[in-house]
Amino acid sequence: MSHLDLLTFARGSALNWALMLFVAGIGLRLFEILGLGRKADLARPRTITPGSGWRTIAMRSLPAEGMLKRDPVTYIGGYVFHFGLLVTIFFFAPHIEFFRSITSLVWPGLPTALIDASVVAAIVALGVLLAHRLNNPVKRMLSGIGDYVAWGATLLPLLTGYLAYHHLLTEYTLMLALHLFSIELLLVLLPFTKLFHTFSLFISRWYNGDWFASKGVAS
Amino acid sequence: MSATLAKGISAFKEVIDAPIASFFSSCVHCGLCAEACLFYTETSEAKYTPIHKLEPLRRIWKQEYTLLGMLGKMLGLSKPVTDAELAEWEPLVYDSCTLCGRCSMVCPVGNDITYMIRKMREGMAASGHAPEDMIAATTRAINIGSPMGVKWPAVQAQIRHVQADTGIDVPVEREGADYLVVMSSMEIINFPEYLSALSRIFKQAGVSWTLAQDAFEATNSGIQIGASDLAREIVSRIVVAAERLKVKCVISPECGHAFTALRWEGPNLMGRPYGFEVKHILEVLDELQKAGKLKTSGKDKRPLTYHDPCQIARRGGVVEQPRRLLSEIAADFREMSDAGVMNWCCGGGGGVSAITRAEPLRLQAFKIKKRQIEATGVQTLITACANCRIVLEEGIEHNHMKVEVIGLTELLAQYLVEESTP
Amino acid sequence: MKHAQQPDILPGTVGEGLAQRGITRREFLQLCTTLTALLALPPSMASAMAEAISKARRQSVIWLSFQECTGCTESITRSHSPTLENLIFDLISLDYHHTLQAASAEAAEHARAAAMKDNNGKYLLIVDGSIPMGNPGFSTIAGISNHDMLMETAQGAAAIVAVGTCASYGGIPKADPNPTGAVSVGDIVKNKPIINVPGCPPIPVVMTGVLAHFLTFGGIPELDAQGRPKSFYGETIHDRCYRRPFYDQGKFAQSFDDEAARKGWCLFKLGCKGPVTYNACATTKWNDGTSFPVQSGHGCIGCSEANFWDAGPLYEALSMPVSVTPSMLGAAAVAGAAAGAAITWHNRSTKAAAKAAHKKVTVQDLTREEK
Repeated sequence: MSHLDLLTFARGSALNWALMLFVAGIGLRLFEILGLGRKADLARPRTITPGSGWRTIAMRSLPAEGMLKRDPVTYIGGYVFHFGLLVTIFFFAPHIEFFRSITSLVWPGLPTALIDASVVAAIVALGVLLAHRLNNPVKRMLSGIGDYVAWGATLLPLLTGYLAYHHLLTEYTLMLALHLFSIELLLVLLPFTKLFHTFSLFISRWYNGDWFASKGVAS
Repeated sequence: MSATLAKGISAFKEVIDAPIASFFSSCVHCGLCAEACLFYTETSEAKYTPIHKLEPLRRIWKQEYTLLGMLGKMLGLSKPVTDAELAEWEPLVYDSCTLCGRCSMVCPVGNDITYMIRKMREGMAASGHAPEDMIAATTRAINIGSPMGVKWPAVQAQIRHVQADTGIDVPVEREGADYLVVMSSMEIINFPEYLSALSRIFKQAGVSWTLAQDAFEATNSGIQIGASDLAREIVSRIVVAAERLKVKCVISPECGHAFTALRWEGPNLMGRPYGFEVKHILEVLDELQKAGKLKTSGKDKRPLTYHDPCQIARRGGVVEQPRRLLSEIAADFREMSDAGVMNWCCGGGGGVSAITRAEPLRLQAFKIKKRQIEATGVQTLITACANCRIVLEEGIEHNHMKVEVIGLTELLAQYLVEESTP
Repeated sequence: MKHAQQPDILPGTVGEGLAQRGITRREFLQLCTTLTALLALPPSMASAMAEAISKARRQSVIWLSFQECTGCTESITRSHSPTLENLIFDLISLDYHHTLQAASAEAAEHARAAAMKDNNGKYLLIVDGSIPMGNPGFSTIAGISNHDMLMETAQGAAAIVAVGTCASYGGIPKADPNPTGAVSVGDIVKNKPIINVPGCPPIPVVMTGVLAHFLTFGGIPELDAQGRPKSFYGETIHDRCYRRPFYDQGKFAQSFDDEAARKGWCLFKLGCKGPVTYNACATTKWNDGTSFPVQSGHGCIGCSEANFWDAGPLYEALSMPVSVTPSMLGAAAVAGAAAGAAITWHNRSTKAAAKAAHKKVTVQDLTREEK
């Protein structure tokens, strides 16, 4: 099997299965969570603020008062990583083509030098966050195998993408295939690991904002 | 009848709902909740990380309510929740959580960890892993009517004192009054100034109010220990009295969890919305002041600050009211760091102050409050929760600080313009 | 053919042929300079190469054509430096080639047999086209199946050059569903050195360059994992493409006739496979260095790669999925929702059972018996 064949498989059947498992997994998990339901709150809310869940979805992306100073590594590392990751996923021209082929949506991309910088930033941030996880007693206690698997599964697409672009370690076609395989691994793992926060955090933040707002507090 | 592990696990299964499933699914183990929790920040012990306190509940969720967890359980790969584990978790779920809700404000993925601790306590209580002191307090609340064992005659004695001191007639069992006043046993025993202050304020404002003989106790040990059936029984006393006396509004006293019990949990425990309103005393005072019915003269010259009780501010939404009230009577009001919805807990909420063995931990956690108070440089600390007040006083005494703690209602009454009684 | 010999020219050598055709040493040296450049050799090698080639006997070459389109031959006739004429008359002795030889029928086959006999173990075998394994009758020459002719001719060859993607990897005949059971030379010949010179067709100078290398050094050049000479197939079209800066700036043509296309922006979004195609088009170009597909406005189709025809749609970007369909994802969503509904049903019964088991908690229920 030549490297191009491997790439074709990665872009073909492997991707199809990964995407299907991803979509099915997301559907399953959303049902699993939302299907448990919640009781209607019979307490009269202090204020009627219908947008409060949405507000918290947005505002919870900012650190709460005084928190940045308490754990700057987690916050700054987290921001750099997520920003780098999202910029890379959504603003690298070839990636946009991928999304266009699935969603028919198009948006402008960024020059590769910027993408390159954001990948490096995200990889460095991941490294720092792993070191922090291993050194911080709280994080170390909370972490299990799942956390490290999720870390690796997140790193691999960034790393293989970087290596492919720069023609490092192996020739481009093989690395591009490995890049796709690593993404497929991530897609399959995402619904069933803590990476599902990608989706569930919106639900969680919404509940949080809704509850607090009914008591008159913007959370 | 007794508590068993099976009952506890069944209770865990019963309380898990969509929000809890979403919260556990979202947690990325970032550990930021620890940084928001005074039991962690003041001890640096990782086990006090809020989300860690929920580990047994998380595993029940995973094993019972997720496909992967069910498969794991079938293959014998998952660790079952045991009595030994719940016993180990008891101090984490009770002694080191005041249900203050600070972690819920901080969690980047939006997990309301406090909500989950409250729910988890249902299973802890049902499996017999609630602290003895809290069981005793709850038993007194159910059997005697008050967690501190206070009975109506004690309230009557208070009423007589108030009437003797102020010459004001304290209304009892007055049907059709606008407001039903309830109190915490702490106020009845330790802070009699509250009832006196309230009588004077209401007299001046011309408020029609009443006490109820069978519903004077506002606190609710049931929600603290996590036994909804008992919490319902306790809260229903007030609901029944309020309905019997046809009041428009029940005034929750200067007590944090009583407000949560009555205002937010009550209707859900009863399974029906109330036909009356529930307001915290500070809300009522603020309304009276806005309506011009609360006249004060002079201002307190002492530098003072205000401690936001968690259940009143962060989990109650009463933040602006105390500040508006204080601005009328305090010449040198100084805001504490992190004031308002991000305030640090006194360390004794959520039933923690009732647990004797938790005292050393509570005093250690008090260090944050100590720093906050010291930073303001005041010697007068105002608050609006009798439990906070007791815990603050204990902490202040333990640390040999020269700070006086006063209830806001009481302070307000000191500056009341009293017209001569007709 | 006998000609008057010059004193310093040995009979039967390349030098002899050059002299006969009146080619000066200077002209020949120029040719060799071109070849050294092509082969990525230092320029100082040119005179050594000239020396070596002059003294070498004209190399006997047998060219076999199987399941092919003659595109490879068409391509090599457009070789500009060295020209095909240079090659045929000066450097090699092309003893058998369907399209170019004058002889036909039995005479042609005799020529092949003679060349094989005279140069046994020394002749170079060039193959274009794939070999059908499904049925020998799919492609025959003089009644001989392609397979048999290849195996027979390969026997005495010094080396084999598989010219074109068909001979190198099976090419278009092998494309799905491969009705003839086409295979490459390398698939069936295992005991001879094989140089793959893929491309559909290969670049003429790459073909001639490989021959020149063989003539000069008498061996095969350094090959990559796919059997291609690294000197020509060492880099991707994308990496050497003059449009690469546009890719890096995020400037892309969105259609073949838009403003961006006219400005010469990158063709990645139009399906250019340059990033995964190893070939020299972007550097040597075609037709005497005139242009190459990307320069003429069409993306690279990746023709020098094995199975390029089946490597996803030609006009869709490399980063697009090959075959995912909305119905696939829809089906997955439905399956996920169905599984989710089943789980929800299960979860609700678990919860209902827990609720049913719930007996009103009294204060006695807060304490364990053993306590």
